[in-house]
Amino acid sequence: MVTMNSEKVAAKRKPESNNESCLETSIDEEPLHHPTSCEDAPNLLLYRKMEKIVERMQDENTGVPVKTVKSFMSKIPSVFTGSDLIVWMIKNLDVDDQQEALHLAHLMAAHGYFFPIDDHMLTVKNDNTFYRFQTPYFWPSNCWEPENTDYAVYLCKRTMQNKTRLELADYEAENLARLQKMFSRKWEFIFMQAEAQSKVDKKRDKLERKVLDSQERAFWDVHRPMPGCVNTTEIDIKKACQMNKPIHGVKSLTIEPRKMSPSTSGIESNVSTETLKRQIDALKARLGRRNIKVSKAAESLVAYYEQYLEYDAFFVAPEYPNPWISDNPELWEQEKMAKDISARRVKRWAFSLKELLQDPIGREHFIKFLDKEFSGENLKFWEAVQQLKSFPQSEVQNKVTEIWAEFLAPDASCPINVDCQSYEVTKKNMESLDRWSFDCSAAHVYHLMKSDSYSRYLRSDMYKDFLNGSKKKTSVKGIRSIVSFTARKDNIT
Amino acid sequence: MCEVETKPLVDSVESLTKEAEILKKKLDAERVKLNDVTLFDSTERAETMAYMSIKPRRTLKGHQAKVLCSDWSPDKRHIVSSSQDGKMIIWDAFTTNKEHAVTMPTTWVMACAYAPSGNLVACGGLDNKVTVYPLTMEEDVTVKKKTVGTHASYMSCCLFPNSDQQILTGSGDSTCALWDVESGQLLQSFHGHSADVMSIDLAPSETGNTFVSGSCDKMVLIWDMRSGQCVQSFEGHDSDVNAVKFHPSGDAVGTGSDDATCRLFDLRADREIGMYGRGNLIFGINSVDFSVSGRLLFAGYNDYTVNTWDILKNNRVSLLYGHENRVSCVQVSPDGTALSTGSWDCTIRVWA
Repeated sequence: MVTMNSEKVAAKRKPESNNESCLETSIDEEPLHHPTSCEDAPNLLLYRKMEKIVERMQDENTGVPVKTVKSFMSKIPSVFTGSDLIVWMIKNLDVDDQQEALHLAHLMAAHGYFFPIDDHMLTVKNDNTFYRFQTPYFWPSNCWEPENTDYAVYLCKRTMQNKTRLELADYEAENLARLQKMFSRKWEFIFMQAEAQSKVDKKRDKLERKVLDSQERAFWDVHRPMPGCVNTTEIDIKKACQMNKPIHGVKSLTIEPRKMSPSTSGIESNVSTETLKRQIDALKARLGRRNIKVSKAAESLVAYYEQYLEYDAFFVAPEYPNPWISDNPELWEQEKMAKDISARRVKRWAFSLKELLQDPIGREHFIKFLDKEFSGENLKFWEAVQQLKSFPQSEVQNKVTEIWAEFLAPDASCPINVDCQSYEVTKKNMESLDRWSFDCSAAHVYHLMKSDSYSRYLRSDMYKDFLNGSKKKTSVKGIRSIVSFTARKDNIT
Repeated sequence: MCEVETKPLVDSVESLTKEAEILKKKLDAERVKLNDVTLFDSTERAETMAYMSIKPRRTLKGHQAKVLCSDWSPDKRHIVSSSQDGKMIIWDAFTTNKEHAVTMPTTWVMACAYAPSGNLVACGGLDNKVTVYPLTMEEDVTVKKKTVGTHASYMSCCLFPNSDQQILTGSGDSTCALWDVESGQLLQSFHGHSADVMSIDLAPSETGNTFVSGSCDKMVLIWDMRSGQCVQSFEGHDSDVNAVKFHPSGDAVGTGSDDATCRLFDLRADREIGMYGRGNLIFGINSVDFSVSGRLLFAGYNDYTVNTWDILKNNRVSLLYGHENRVSCVQVSPDGTALSTGSWDCTIRVWA
């Protein structure tokens, strides 16, 4: 196994103070990296999964065929071709097609598990390009957070070795120059380290060196990627914040067996009795729920899909061309104009009261119907309660009083009928006025509307005429008179 | 003396533990009874879908760093997006023009949201705050900005629950909170998660009184906004839950996690009824959303792709390539005609 240099490992362990200013790439990263335990690293879960795949790829018998290739004057040790890799992946992994295999191969290369033998760009092509596996020592799961000094030593070392394959790329030379400026005070130290490493390297067998050099290069290609390449070691800021917290991952909902031991101190058992009690309450509540069978749940999901299939643009094209595909915003303009209301839009009103009220035109139409029936107060009350929730806190108290006076007080101007239970609850709520005061009554009224007025509306000639009218697109005049957009804003739920 | 005092406590811990275990067993037995079939076995009625052809239609370029969040305007064509470089941009996605670019006092703007009126946006992130910006054409929008709430840790997600006057936020301090926009008053806080809240979504019911949250404690919780109580909880994910979204029927919740699976939890069956993943899909999921009919679940992955799942059949029906870094957010437009995706590659794309 390859050992990088002991100094390097030592340097890595030392929590070195942050270097004054870092290279472009590392400026963003540095605060995110920290030397806490490896086990919580957010990327680790992914690394482990990739490593399982890599292990299968490296199986002597069933893996990707690795060989040493002879070229003109020399040998290229331990390589495989891109096409061999892709063939193996298609055969052994659950991928749909070559594109998906290539994509996964590219990602694994970008994480440094294998790499093209002479390219800084870590990607995979489906051809005869040669690739080599990275040694597990350099795998990202070892939580490398290499310092810029290590990078400087590495680049410096490369300049000492007179080989074309070790020549610095342009961006590397620029990085080296920048690092030299940054570390000018301790450059001598860096130079000495590089020299020592170079000496050790020179003693190695020629083929072994070739492999080692390339693996080391690939390691830095992962941690200091060339411009334009993604740095895969970067951690999501949210996860990084989480790692920085002193305590995390404490679960309150599971029973910890340790807590049951009699040796726990008084305070601890107090806490655990409380959590246990809470847990028992939660379990009881869960047991008390009336749940439906999975078959019923499945059925309702299918039913919902069937009902809304027509309105899902990913399945059925909308009435007017999809603006994103046709570059024509007609669909949206048509909707706003509300001239010819399509049958499919009107049909939707029959799905649920919610659907009807969500459509401003549907709502207007329903109000007309209620007015004819002299039962508009229920909807007015329900809407007032919904609006109440959207008022700023400062206005809530006044609005609550207003709603009470208008709909529920003994001398209400627009009285509604609620069952006495809801009424009592609401009356009690009036002692502390908040935006939820009327929820109980509103729920009752909604249920009433849904089971009574709404179902009568759907059976009414008024709705049927509208539906037929919109089908034939004849009664445009009649519809226009109903249209009003004043209430649109309040109506989106 | 100490012993005398602690003993009954210890007993009660033991008895309580026993009680809890008995209850758990009962619950498991109940669940077995209700688990009569699997979701995928009982959906023959719905026809199997062909592979879908969804293509990139727009690319919004202008952010200088990772796009962390985006939200559709209720007008179906504008998008607000926020980025690591501390910028918030309002786009006309249809024309791909930028209409506002707001510089935040902080970098890492993790969340942004449009208000229902379309005249206001909220955003925040590593500053632990949620700030609202009224959108006016005349002047610099930062003039009228207003900080509404402050968490003890980063704000990971926010939304306006049916009104311009309130904001619901989720935070790294493991709580959610409901704020009054005008006064900045905390109307309700929601305690129950034991780790960072990553994502929230409002229930699509007529009253909109409940919401769902997903957290790094692997749990998915359903909350009552009125009481501040958790009313239902779902476990199952093996790692952080990064994304939660209500099925449009309001009866189920779709989730995405670092464990590389999406799941479907049914509220009325009180259990997980679907799990969507594959052996070779090993990357975490940052964001999910449903199509209008609720059959398609779009999921943005850390492997730079978007996978589309047929939730009724457990088939993957499309795989969208194009982004060049992690996909951080996905959202179906309000009328369901398009899908927006934001990525660490600094772009937002619109697919249809």
